[in-house]
Amino acid sequence: MELLYAMTLGVLTTCGVYLLLRARTFTVILGLTLLSHAVNLYLFASGRLVAGAPAIVGLTERSADPLPQALVLTAIVIGFAMTAFVVVLALKAAVELRNDHVDGENPDEDRL
Amino acid sequence: MNHVLILPILLPLITGASLLLLYRLPFGVQRLAGLASTLGLALLGAWALVTAGTGEYRLYHAGDWPAPYGIVLILDRLSALMLALTATLGLGCLLYASRGIDRRGAHFHALFQFQLAGLNGAFLTGDLFNLFVFFEILLIASYALLLHGGGRARSRAGLHYVIINLVGSALFLVALGTLYGLTGTLNMADLALQVAAAPPGDAPLLAAASMVLLVVFGIKAAILPLLFWLPRAYSASSAPVAALFAIMTKVGVYAILRVFLLVFGLGEAPVNAAAWQWLWPLALATLALGGVGVLGSDSLRTLTAYLVIISVGTLLATLSLVTPATLAAALFYLIHSTGMAAAFFLLADLLGQQRDEGYDRFSVAAPVGHRGVLGSLFFLAAIAAVGLPPFGGFVSKAWILQASADEPRGLWLWGVLLTAALLTLIAVSRTGSSWFWRPGGAGKAEARPLDHGCLAIVCAMVALNGALSALGEPIMGYLALTAEQLLTPRAYIAAMLPETLAVATEIAP
Repeated sequence: MELLYAMTLGVLTTCGVYLLLRARTFTVILGLTLLSHAVNLYLFASGRLVAGAPAIVGLTERSADPLPQALVLTAIVIGFAMTAFVVVLALKAAVELRNDHVDGENPDEDRL
Repeated sequence: MNHVLILPILLPLITGASLLLLYRLPFGVQRLAGLASTLGLALLGAWALVTAGTGEYRLYHAGDWPAPYGIVLILDRLSALMLALTATLGLGCLLYASRGIDRRGAHFHALFQFQLAGLNGAFLTGDLFNLFVFFEILLIASYALLLHGGGRARSRAGLHYVIINLVGSALFLVALGTLYGLTGTLNMADLALQVAAAPPGDAPLLAAASMVLLVVFGIKAAILPLLFWLPRAYSASSAPVAALFAIMTKVGVYAILRVFLLVFGLGEAPVNAAAWQWLWPLALATLALGGVGVLGSDSLRTLTAYLVIISVGTLLATLSLVTPATLAAALFYLIHSTGMAAAFFLLADLLGQQRDEGYDRFSVAAPVGHRGVLGSLFFLAAIAAVGLPPFGGFVSKAWILQASADEPRGLWLWGVLLTAALLTLIAVSRTGSSWFWRPGGAGKAEARPLDHGCLAIVCAMVALNGALSALGEPIMGYLALTAEQLLTPRAYIAAMLPETLAVATEIAP
């Protein structure tokens, strides 16, 4: 499980960073989303991965660490709000600047 | 239980939320509510300064959960200083905005209160994850404030600002996850003990986590490779917002101080040593870049944005020497530079409004109206910003130079700091002479009315800077004690976790 988990994290982060470095706002936002997924999973794993153990002390012999789960919930809520905000901002910028380049101007179009 | 300590967070949060709910209220009432809340924060700031001035830590256990498990707010001298500074600055900016800028978009006052709540929370919290949450609160409020009023330049600058800060937040979570995975706690005092007692095998991961945190705080504070969002964002936003943002970079500096002096500061081989090593050259380079930027700016707001960068470079370079004297000197400079950067952003707006075209751009040679009053004000503000006597900047810079002279590498700071100051002096005198010493052309621009309220606010901010040097001695005494308190993390831990006091003395060097 650990290997699969680590590989998922790696793939998500790699794709996220790659997309983040693109020049168009849409891909950048996708990259941010993937990166925040990776971060949430990473945060979740910081309480160690256990299967079949609820995050409540006393129900079973072993219990999962509840704190990372609470942290991840907070991070997801914040990340969700931020993604919504950046999507709206990107739309606003695309309408106002008439292109979706992250710098607000497309170097290729200007050359033409 | 005394609940005053949570008021600096609750008061603006409740005011902001009520302003959102009651957005149909007449605008004047909203304005008054915002101003009343900010005035309350200023009083709370004064209370905090007096309370923390006794040298004791004041704690607030949220929900009365004991320390390492619940979220703790903690007030020490540094937090009190930042609270008071934020409230004073906030009051000035809000008064300026109330002269008309707040009407240019929706919900200005609610957003402003959320921003203050986030700032105060970041200064008060004793929990690292809580710090992240307050960072997010202040950031999302700042995104909206930056875009307030709309316009192409703001959308463009806003996009950069938002994206780079979102990446910063992701990195913050990575660092938090690593720290929690290694130590099992996020309370700063508890973390400090756990980090100091960590097995040697964990050292590389801890160092990595500390470096990621340094990057995150570096984005907020705008250290060299991470500062390129700042000039555009600050010069695109409206004047009172940019003035309030003068404290935003200082939040990064505060977080660096708090985390690296406390959390990574204990043990025989403290993790923070590497951070100070990195900070020193980067901060010097930031300072140098700020000097060049000031000289090369094309508008007064961009120039002020580079003044902010200079102040960050100076602050971090001085801090990274980590002696009691340099810390205290840097904190004095923090107060001075925050106030002056804010005053300059407001002044740029005041001057820009008096010009027929070009607003605050240097390339346009439009005359400035009311040049007698505004010229004198600009002259005084420029003297204060550059750091010439009799203003606070002179005291702070003299203190920084004196404190760093004891260190062998302090000479580098002398060279770069004085060169940057010279470049600033050239840049502001060029601006002043081209705007105010140009003959003729004054008749037409006189027609524009001068907003005396705005003028009074900027005058008051410059006067406060003068007061900073007039009251230099008590303030320097307070800051020297603050630096001493920062350099004794064991006292902080003892206040936060009284029962582990015995363990703390055992581990600490």
